[in-house]
Amino acid sequence: MEMATMVTSTERVATKKAARGKGERRAGGNGNPPQRNGGGFGGSGSGSEGSSEDRYRIGMWVALAAILMMFTALTSAYIVRAAGASDWKPIAMPRLLWASTALIFVSSITFELARKGLKRNDQQAYGRWLLLTVLFGLGFLCTQFLAWRQLVAQGVYLSSNPHSAFFYLLTALHGLHLLGGIVALDYLLLHAWRRRAPEQIGPRRAAAAGAVAIYWHFMDGLWIFLFLLLFLWR
Amino acid sequence: MAEIVDAHEAAHEAATTAHAHEVHRHPAPTSFIRKYIFSIDHKVIGIQYLLLAIFSVFIGMIMSVLMRVNLTWPGSKISILGSLFPLGAPGGVMSPEFYLSLVTMHGTIMVFFVLTTAPQGGFGNYFLPIQIGADDMAFPTLNMLSFWVTFVGLLVLVSAIFVEGNDTVAGWYANIVPSHKASGTVGPIGGWTGYPTLSALGQKAGPGQGAGVDLWILSIAIFCVASLLGALNFITTMLNMRAPGMTLMRLPLTCWSWFTTAVLALLAFPVLLAAGVLLFLDRTAGTSFFIPGGLVISDALLTDHKGGSPILWQHLFWFFGHPEVYIAILPGMGATSHILSTFARKPIFGYRAMVFAIFAIGLLGFFVWGHHMFISGMSPYTGMAFSVLTLSIGVPSAIKTFNWLGTLWGAKIRFTAPMLYAIGFVSLFVAGGITGIVLGQTGLDLSMHDTYFVLGHFHLVMGVAAIFGMFAGLQFWFPKMFGRMMSESLGKIHFWITFIGVYCIFVPMHIMGIVGMPRRYSSFQEYNFLRSLDPLVMFVTIAAIVTAVAQIIFLYNFIWSIFKGKKAGNNPWEATTLEWDIPSPPPHDNFAGILPTVYRGPYEFSVPGAPNDYIMQTEPDPAEQSTVLSKDGSNGDGHNGHKH
Amino acid sequence: MGRALAILIWLLTLGSVWLFLSGRWWFPQAITEHGPAYDRQFMLTIIVVGVAFTAAQIGLGIALWRYRSTSSTDRAVYSHGNNRLEIVWTIVTALVFISLGVLGQSVWAKLHFQPASAGAYKVQVTAQQFSWNFHYAGKDQKFGRTDPTLIKDADLNFIGLDSNDPAAQDDAAITSLVVPVNRQVELTLNSKDVTHSFWVPPLRFKQDLVPGMAIKVHFTPTKVGKYELACAELCGALHFKMKSQMLVLPEEEHRALAEMPQAQFQAKVAELLNKYPFQY
Repeated sequence: MEMATMVTSTERVATKKAARGKGERRAGGNGNPPQRNGGGFGGSGSGSEGSSEDRYRIGMWVALAAILMMFTALTSAYIVRAAGASDWKPIAMPRLLWASTALIFVSSITFELARKGLKRNDQQAYGRWLLLTVLFGLGFLCTQFLAWRQLVAQGVYLSSNPHSAFFYLLTALHGLHLLGGIVALDYLLLHAWRRRAPEQIGPRRAAAAGAVAIYWHFMDGLWIFLFLLLFLWR
Repeated sequence: MAEIVDAHEAAHEAATTAHAHEVHRHPAPTSFIRKYIFSIDHKVIGIQYLLLAIFSVFIGMIMSVLMRVNLTWPGSKISILGSLFPLGAPGGVMSPEFYLSLVTMHGTIMVFFVLTTAPQGGFGNYFLPIQIGADDMAFPTLNMLSFWVTFVGLLVLVSAIFVEGNDTVAGWYANIVPSHKASGTVGPIGGWTGYPTLSALGQKAGPGQGAGVDLWILSIAIFCVASLLGALNFITTMLNMRAPGMTLMRLPLTCWSWFTTAVLALLAFPVLLAAGVLLFLDRTAGTSFFIPGGLVISDALLTDHKGGSPILWQHLFWFFGHPEVYIAILPGMGATSHILSTFARKPIFGYRAMVFAIFAIGLLGFFVWGHHMFISGMSPYTGMAFSVLTLSIGVPSAIKTFNWLGTLWGAKIRFTAPMLYAIGFVSLFVAGGITGIVLGQTGLDLSMHDTYFVLGHFHLVMGVAAIFGMFAGLQFWFPKMFGRMMSESLGKIHFWITFIGVYCIFVPMHIMGIVGMPRRYSSFQEYNFLRSLDPLVMFVTIAAIVTAVAQIIFLYNFIWSIFKGKKAGNNPWEATTLEWDIPSPPPHDNFAGILPTVYRGPYEFSVPGAPNDYIMQTEPDPAEQSTVLSKDGSNGDGHNGHKH
Repeated sequence: MGRALAILIWLLTLGSVWLFLSGRWWFPQAITEHGPAYDRQFMLTIIVVGVAFTAAQIGLGIALWRYRSTSSTDRAVYSHGNNRLEIVWTIVTALVFISLGVLGQSVWAKLHFQPASAGAYKVQVTAQQFSWNFHYAGKDQKFGRTDPTLIKDADLNFIGLDSNDPAAQDDAAITSLVVPVNRQVELTLNSKDVTHSFWVPPLRFKQDLVPGMAIKVHFTPTKVGKYELACAELCGALHFKMKSQMLVLPEEEHRALAEMPQAQFQAKVAELLNKYPFQY
């Protein structure tokens, strides 16, 4: 997984380190076919014929870096706002959110179980656990929606106070991204149900599942972070 | 000798076997729509971005000329304005809010739809895959999406012009938002920086602050998403899809700059998106992220907001805004390095230092945003910290400049049109960058902030040097993209006029700033201390008009050459990088099914002992050339004997 | 072409330098205590920067001239660079830039790192779209209470002065800034609606007025006269017209004014504004 760790903030340092000294050894014509990616690092990608696993994995980490930056910006706005004005009146946490947390946490587990099933070519298990993951994900969104309804019933709206504004905003944005994840999961499900011979499944499906898994677990972790931020940092 | 031949054959064998089962990831499209409209081919998408940028730059330029005319001859009647926008320019005379909306839209269009599209989305999209030896970007469909989302963003922005300025369109918009009425402006009036509370209070804060701002925010948000999709592609492609032998230290500097630009975009645009969402909520949902309490506007007390901080917006905006200007200039720096080396027939001076400098600029670019905020009411201690960091970012820029000069020293310079623009870039970048040392000092910014000194500074670097990078890139890569040469003579004429013109427009602005001319004033008639500047103002405007008109030469050259330019071979410039080893224009998958193998660095010019003064990156070894291969001349349309 | 381009670059450089050195357009004369220090730092920076600019452009021109490709030139020098040179010029540049930066902090520090001295003359400034309000404490040197809810432009209570507050009885709020010469002035900057910026060029500083914040600045004017005051942060359509003036009075005249009762303050200021011409 060394590629994965290198693509976010440390990537520039990593690529610089890896590249130093490699260039010179690649003198041509000495019978050594140069490596794909010049042996810079990783090198398991093989360009256009698809090491889609690598490509999707890198792409997903890169995408997550961007999503992380957006939530970081909002978090810093949150912290500044909490420290600043006198009208900071944190709302009480709706109890339902514990259910949200449980549901998303379990969904990560079921996803991993699905992937394990895929690895040992157990189509049934893969499909089943995947379906469960989708259901738990939807369940998460339901609890979020219900929590919102509860707050509205108590008269707590987006504009009520800064804390409620951040609560609605952060949960909405997270929920939106999670919905995207559910769409991706449905895509995987659709392909899971199309029975294919094991040779045809190949690395492609595992690659896609792997990429979505990174995203899904990130959303899980993000939720836990937001949950702690909203209800511990007050 | 025989061993060398065998070894070469063995390498060739191995390489071919590895490539033999290359499969086209996507077959060539056949329908017109899939070929030219919704294409997933990075080359088509690159050209689409370029066309979008060219369209946008002309709109932005016309806006700037209108601004200059208004400042120099206040009260002048421009009849076309009067007929298009009767409310904002009654009788053809611009109102102050009309002027300010021009300022805002000029900035927004130029920064986003010109400087953040063409250098990266245009040239980068087209040439990154080819220069690293890939057949396309990592995610071609996503690439197509990123262009079309950008296009939608532009449509939304353009709609802001008419929704505010034109009664008919405003009427349509009122079907969606009943309270809307045309204000006569051509969009929002808060500047491209859109500071709250002016931008957050809606129509109460003045004309153009209603629908215009909403659509402006929406357009920028859409643009953020498009940019992120593009950045994702660039980074993944460069990390994952380099051809055999293309080590990181053999990458052309263009690739390094596109890569770093993509990283900057990836980390900066999400922050702008977050800020835009917060601003939108403040405007529409009654939140108070940026709006403090106790405001009295137009003699009415506002009771529905409190506790917010206008400075928070500035932090978020400039956290994006500063990397953004490096996003605008880095590709131009990469292109300049590339083109200077090519036409100096000399390796780039200090390749590693150049890579380091690109990284340093990229990294430091994230830590200096506060220098836009020295005067904002931010803590002065924070200001001092930002000041020191800002001055240190001058160091990698200086390194690059020294290295460009070093590249030219001892060179054998061919003064082609692309080379002229690249040289122009160096001159203009020095002129513009050097005044950053003035502005970066807190003590000096006390007077210079929000004056024309700042305008002169950033226009020279962004509005001119970066544009010259684009001109250089276009003249250089046009033959590869379109299979024909652009006219050298028209290019040179265009260069001379534009180069002189931009110096005349923007250097005097520094003087104006020193005397004290403030920014974003629709008229200078109110202040007597500005009267001494009237001759300079006139001079700048004349220069601006002449330069703007001269751009027609460029446009004509561009369009005419696509159809009637002299046909170009594979390598008309005798350059070394991978794009010059393939036909002009390239086949659908760039390398005709067989990916190249790279044996050397990108700037091997004037190598002692080599038969030509350039060696292509795909060339195995000069010693072998004479034994194994028979070369067919140096005009570059052979494969240097390395036939597949 | 190389020679022509070199000459063009040198001419443009010459023109640019001339613009700066001609003396025809420059800062207005500084009228504050920190002004000379500002001007010195600016001069130093512009000279360093100007030398660098000129040297680079001259160097560029020389390279173009000398190394243009002619039939007699053989090949370019095959060199990938020079590490020692890189290190040298990196260090030199860093030293020069950082030194400039450090030197430049002293003006900033003097203005911003220390609060106003105890005897400073205080004025409350409240900006609005599109005018300035200067609130003077009057003879009792105490500012009357202000409250946004009391603001009513239509009744000419632009700053929301609470007339019931005894301290407000001698306060005056007018559109011009009047200060004494050779005495430190402390301004507290507020805004009613959007961000504005207080700027009088001869003062050699500007400061944003941010709604929701009360920002203090201080300076010591050193020259009597009347000066134009401009808004330096885009605040709406009439931003260009948000004009006022600053009047720096001799000590005696100012003291007399400062002790004047509310009813006569405005008229006296109008008289004084007429008396002194603008300095540009």
